[in-house]
Amino acid sequence: MADESAKKSGGGITKIVFFLVMALVLLSGLLFAPDHAGLAIHPMDQFKIAPLFGGEHMSWFTPTNETLWMGLTVVGIVLLLVIGTRGRAIVPTRTQSVAEMAYGFVYKMVEDVAGKDAVKYFPGIMTLFLFIVFANFLGLIPKSFTPTSHIAVTAVLAMIVFVFVTVLGFVKNGAGFLGLFWVSSAPLALRPILAVIELISYFVRPVSHSIRLAGNVMAGHAVIKVFAGFAGALGLFSFLPILAISAVYALEVLVAFIQAYVFTILTCVYLKDALHPSH
Amino acid sequence: MEGNIAQMGQFIGAGLAAIGSGAAAIGVGHVAGNFLSGALRNPSAAAAQTATLFIGIAFAEALGIFSFLVALLLMFAV
Amino acid sequence: MANTTTQTTDAAHGTADMAHGAAGHAESAGMPQLDFSTFGNQIFWLVVTLVVIYFVLTKIALPRIEAVLADRQSTITNDIAAAEELKQQAVKAEDAYNQALADARIEANKIVAEARAEIQADVDKAAAKADAEIAAKAAESEAAIAEIRKGAVESVKAVAKDTTKEILAVLGTKADAKTITAAITARMKG
Repeated sequence: MADESAKKSGGGITKIVFFLVMALVLLSGLLFAPDHAGLAIHPMDQFKIAPLFGGEHMSWFTPTNETLWMGLTVVGIVLLLVIGTRGRAIVPTRTQSVAEMAYGFVYKMVEDVAGKDAVKYFPGIMTLFLFIVFANFLGLIPKSFTPTSHIAVTAVLAMIVFVFVTVLGFVKNGAGFLGLFWVSSAPLALRPILAVIELISYFVRPVSHSIRLAGNVMAGHAVIKVFAGFAGALGLFSFLPILAISAVYALEVLVAFIQAYVFTILTCVYLKDALHPSH
Repeated sequence: MEGNIAQMGQFIGAGLAAIGSGAAAIGVGHVAGNFLSGALRNPSAAAAQTATLFIGIAFAEALGIFSFLVALLLMFAV
Repeated sequence: MANTTTQTTDAAHGTADMAHGAAGHAESAGMPQLDFSTFGNQIFWLVVTLVVIYFVLTKIALPRIEAVLADRQSTITNDIAAAEELKQQAVKAEDAYNQALADARIEANKIVAEARAEIQADVDKAAAKADAEIAAKAAESEAAIAEIRKGAVESVKAVAKDTTKEILAVLGTKADAKTITAAITARMKG
């Protein structure tokens, strides 16, 4: 079938090669197709947590597949930021300039969004950003596991930010931090209502902060898995879902970075609220 | 599926909740489109406002993510 | 999978709202994200990871990158200063060059003027000499002409005297030479 279409297209040699490769891919897909090919899609299986070294019992310290991939984020960060910069070159190597770019990117974000006095919290924000961005990108490797797709993980990250920012707000401003909820620019009659709304939105922050990241990552991975299930079920026409997977994968690469960026920049916004609560 | 009304309701609810994701898509499109039209009017000011753009997109998207979450919960967790 | 087992037991108990097994996803019952039995484990390892990353960053990576960036900034500043100095030197050199060029031009003008004056003097001298020679020649010629003219007047006078004497002799009158000369002189003057 694919050969016929190659003849019909009558294009250059590249087209023929392309269609031959496509035909090969499709044939190999047929050869290696699982016996139970059909709409057996389990998009959530990829998020399962299992002990790394076998066994059923999982206590709070058992190394799991999630532990492995969290460890790999640490390895990646060490490779980029420690091994990559060991030359301390004035004219940087490629890896070193990537590390410097990451440093400058987050540093500028903290300075611009949260203000100059927030720079002393820069290492913590850098930690959050690097963890999320490395976890997201490592999670894009096929067969890998994505820690940031788990609400438990992102909720802890968001709660760290929330508790830290709230405590910092009260320590820095005392009761003045409550001015964040008292919108002084609004008419006096509206202020209590606005205060209630502001209070609710303040406590919804960690929820949206965590679920945005986990939801985006989980949704992208699940969509890819669903299309992969279609590919298994469609036989020869599986190239359609494969093309779709390629497109979604490209989008996921973008989302992996943007969600890390958004998480970090919202952290900076919350930090600014804590340092300068005037509305 | 024979006569399992509860499960039917579960799936219908999941589908309805998924509409919210589409609504969030409209919101995100609004944010990005308005940013673009403003940026084309005054390109020199656009670069400084990209952070605001992403914050706006994030807030618009959060609610869509909530509805997506509700859909997922209905599908798999309830 | 504690969650799965609880749910399947739920389904086994016959609760109508749990029927994942019947719907054909026997294995994917529930979201792994909501399996609370794994939360303690996840949170523990996450905190460990974050602490490790934080210490790697604060102890090694960030100070190092900061130092490198500061180094580069100072190097760039120094280089810019050096470049500025070199530029100043270049400007100075250009000024000196321009000065030398102007001096040379003035010198050349002076030499040209001198040469011109010298030549002019020579020319003037030669012209004066030539003028003097010409004047001398002209005076000589004039003297010669005057001589010739004088000679011619004498001849005319002698011829006139002779002729007058002959004419008078033919006419039969005798006149002395003195009278004739006087008469001719008077005539010729008139």
